[in-house]
Amino acid sequence: MLQDLLILMRAELMLILIIFLLLFLKLGSASLRNETVMNMVNGLLLVVLALGFLVKDSGMIFGNMFRTDDLLRLEKNMLTLGTLIISLQSYQWLKKHDQAMEFYLLMLSTLLGMFFMLSAANLLMFYLGLELSTIPLAAMVNFDFNKKQSSEAGFKMIVSSAFASGLLLFGISWLYGTTGTIDFSGLAASLDGSPLQLFAFITLVAGFGFKISAVPFHLWTADVYEGAPVPVTSYLSVISKGAVLFVFTSVLYSVFHAMGTVWYNMIFIIAVATMITGNLFALRQDNLKRFLAFSSIAQVGFMLVGISGQSREGAAALIFFVLIYIFSNLAAFGVITLVSSASGRERISDYRGFYQSNPALTWILAIALFSLAGIPPTAGFFGKFFLILAGAGKGNWLLITIAALNMIISLYYYLRIIKAMFMEHNASPLAKVDIPFSPRIALAICVAGILITGLYSGAYQYIYQLLS
Amino acid sequence: MNYAQFTALLLLLPLASFTVLGIWGRKYIRQASGIIGTTVLLVITALSLYAAYSYFLVDGQTNGTYQPIIALQLPWLQFGYQQLSIDMGILLDPISVMMLVVISVVSLMVHIFSLGYMKDEERYSTYFAFLSLFTFSMLGLVISVNIFQIYMFWELVGVSSYLLIGFFFTKPSAVAASKKAFIVTRFADLGFLIGILILGIQCGTLDFMSIIERLTNPQSEAYIGMTSTGFLGLSSLTWALILVFMGGAGKSAMFPLHIWLPDAMEGPTPVSALIHAATMVVAGVYLVARLFPVFQLDEIAQNIVAWTGATSALFAAIIATTQTDIKRVLAYSTMSQIGYMMFALGVSGYGGEAGLGFTASMFHLFTHAFFKSLLFLGAGAVIHYAHSNDMLHMGGLRKYMPVTHATFLLACLAIAGVPPLSGFFSKEEILLAAWQGNKAIYFIALGTAGLTAFYMFRLYFMIFWQRDKHYHSDHGEAPFSMKLPLLVLGALTVGTGFIPFAQWVSSDGKPFETALHLDFSAAPIAMVVAGIGLAYSFYRKENDKPARLSAALGSLYRSAYNKFYIDELYLFVTHKIIFRFIGRPAAWADRNLVDGTVNGLATSTENAAGAIKGWQSGKVQHYALYFFGGVLVLAFLFIYLWK
Repeated sequence: MLQDLLILMRAELMLILIIFLLLFLKLGSASLRNETVMNMVNGLLLVVLALGFLVKDSGMIFGNMFRTDDLLRLEKNMLTLGTLIISLQSYQWLKKHDQAMEFYLLMLSTLLGMFFMLSAANLLMFYLGLELSTIPLAAMVNFDFNKKQSSEAGFKMIVSSAFASGLLLFGISWLYGTTGTIDFSGLAASLDGSPLQLFAFITLVAGFGFKISAVPFHLWTADVYEGAPVPVTSYLSVISKGAVLFVFTSVLYSVFHAMGTVWYNMIFIIAVATMITGNLFALRQDNLKRFLAFSSIAQVGFMLVGISGQSREGAAALIFFVLIYIFSNLAAFGVITLVSSASGRERISDYRGFYQSNPALTWILAIALFSLAGIPPTAGFFGKFFLILAGAGKGNWLLITIAALNMIISLYYYLRIIKAMFMEHNASPLAKVDIPFSPRIALAICVAGILITGLYSGAYQYIYQLLS
Repeated sequence: MNYAQFTALLLLLPLASFTVLGIWGRKYIRQASGIIGTTVLLVITALSLYAAYSYFLVDGQTNGTYQPIIALQLPWLQFGYQQLSIDMGILLDPISVMMLVVISVVSLMVHIFSLGYMKDEERYSTYFAFLSLFTFSMLGLVISVNIFQIYMFWELVGVSSYLLIGFFFTKPSAVAASKKAFIVTRFADLGFLIGILILGIQCGTLDFMSIIERLTNPQSEAYIGMTSTGFLGLSSLTWALILVFMGGAGKSAMFPLHIWLPDAMEGPTPVSALIHAATMVVAGVYLVARLFPVFQLDEIAQNIVAWTGATSALFAAIIATTQTDIKRVLAYSTMSQIGYMMFALGVSGYGGEAGLGFTASMFHLFTHAFFKSLLFLGAGAVIHYAHSNDMLHMGGLRKYMPVTHATFLLACLAIAGVPPLSGFFSKEEILLAAWQGNKAIYFIALGTAGLTAFYMFRLYFMIFWQRDKHYHSDHGEAPFSMKLPLLVLGALTVGTGFIPFAQWVSSDGKPFETALHLDFSAAPIAMVVAGIGLAYSFYRKENDKPARLSAALGSLYRSAYNKFYIDELYLFVTHKIIFRFIGRPAAWADRNLVDGTVNGLATSTENAAGAIKGWQSGKVQHYALYFFGGVLVLAFLFIYLWK
């Protein structure tokens, strides 16, 4: 039993250990330098990652509330890797911050919440995980203490997520009321698609939709992304979103398959609305963070197209795309973090002539944007192709046409930034940005990921085979 | 023989050259980068010629038919859907081997020309790196074994041409042009992508050979599935082919997706010679030819291909007669010639003599590549010397640029279709195929042939004859590196027409005989002679001043004695009637309707973005309202309406 617990929950236990370690260090008298804390946490995250890869096991514990298998392990590893990259990238920003330790406490708590959410085999467990991954996030958003915008964003986030949680809980209680169970397997067996259950399902979708910023539950996104410190924005848009997308897919596929047609139509509508709204807003943004917020809404729309495939390919394409999305978006955010912490500038117009002063960073940002736009040979091309191929399996060509049209609109605005950086001359471009060791490693990982994940087909095949 | 190693080198070498020049070019090997790029291309050209030699003459044929050879095939991905697998590989068949030769030879010439032409550019090494990238993508495109691979390289070609067109990025017009080209072709690729998905899902394979094999067999599951299902009255096979063709039409600048091509002339001139004359713009023709056995099964798709081609050929030729920018004339003429190749495919049947259109199209692609890149490079030399793109600023250049003049004249004669130059033979075959396939298209093509001769010689006379414009050039005609490609391409322009093309390239791989029919050639040659004669009488000497024209109109009888009266009348007919009532409306439609629609789409998208901005008010209570509203709408839709 104890052995099972230690092995099956090793990622969660490791995170809890790190959190307690940080807490004791904070409470103790020893005053550590921020750099030391960061290097320590990064090292420990690397250990978590290694443990995740080393031992293979699967099973269920805690009266079938907590489960784990190879696929979940892979998903957790992806999230850990992403968190590690963000932690490396926030080096410059956190170095000068008074509360670096608390930042890590909060971030690791949310990661822990996501792990529990992923492993949940039961709606209650899922809800607890979701809350644990949301509430500390609001505090992280508020982490630029001297910026009013940041506190406003934190407030908006906590209030909006309260709506979402309320609805989610409402839906869960209806489901429990109609079926008498909150176990995923029990639910899957006893759902019959009655109107009451449909309503419960809709509120559940709304709760998920809030977390992944699907339209019309996305409105908090832009304000919160803009107000939050850049590393937190990237954490929100990549890690938190990725985790919920994983859970969303597995819940839709394994629990609600009895309502397949309903949820297909619902995802269809939401996907179309999400892609179009995200793209139309992104067209107009001048603030880069806000821009990435909206473009990431559009990306979620594409992922929903893949999910709508209702097939093993759909699930594989989604997980594969999230992996690519982690690399691509974090590469873009990495560059923006560096520039923002060096100069405080975050507007697209500030990036005019960026190539003149920072050729290396320009190329990295360009590769990331090309990947987000889905241009070969970057991984984004393959990711989008698989998503659309999976979606096309259902034969809904209207959805596929809309998705493909949106790919062109998105190309237009991604090129806008590339054009500004490379092709617009600026008499006084941003000063040369110094890249310290940690962010350098993080950017290297991201660029390597973007270039290799797509061309090397093993990643996709591995995911596909895990889904059997 | 084993093709695997050396055909793989065809891809690896330019990729390596791109990497080396891209990473170290700027800092360490700036001076050598041109030489490195050119040497790599020299090797590639040798390899391609060797591949062509061994495929066509040694071992490509089995039982009298050229069989496709899969030189290399690496299973890349097993996608679950109906055992859909994606392989990366190298496919050699008559058309891909022919394309290898075209791409490598033209690219080599452009490399050599650029050694002199781009010598003083600050980003000299970057330029050669981009050229290598483009060559890599284009070679990868033609040897693709499956439709996913071709799509990937297709997009890569788009990226590298984006980089090359926007090479002079300090020029706002170049930046705008590169973006326009990228977005318009990407828009066309949307059709291509959906076409690929339909074909892939319905056939259960993305492999070209298997798609063709399954769809040409009327008993196969894939064929029955694709012809029995449909949408809006067209079968899914027709839809898939039309959508794939849409991608091809975008890359090949077919009406109405051609609007990016004239603007793309903002790129460096050698780049235009490579991309916009010989390689990327014919990718669409190549794509249709690659899937030709499937296209010829479907009458609707064939007709769309044929009529798109014919319309583009005529439309572009009319516009070309009104332009004064030397590169724009060439751009429209390219569009017009690609229109020829396209409709030749559209009117062609399959197998043996019936497949004449296919052979003719490929033949014209082959000959056109050489004389059109010669024209572009010649134009490059002229621009280099005269420091202007505008024909009105040129004249009398034959005295200063003898080599350019001679080769340019050859190319003009070839594109006009004067025997015995290469363009004559290929155009003749196309006209014959059109005559057999579709009489209406034949007459359009015949008229276009006359127009072609007219506008090419208008260009020629205005540049090389007319009055001397007194150039302040600080250098001679051109360095040797710029003259050499002109001479080589000139020789190819003369020689390639005599290649017995039908022996090697045919729709079903079986060689057949073609012969010249003198009686049939009479009409086209008469059109060409008329076109050239007209151009001679109008543009040999400067005489088209609008003031003189109106004066001539006012004193009609005095002019009757005037020897030039006939000229003036022709001028009146062309300038006042043809140009104003046909040319100008055509140009106007091009600028306002076609361009306008695309621009209008962009503007209305932006307006829509502005309109929904009110949504994002910044107030949390509004957000909550929308949130609950969303839930209610979904509940309403799915619980009440949908039930």
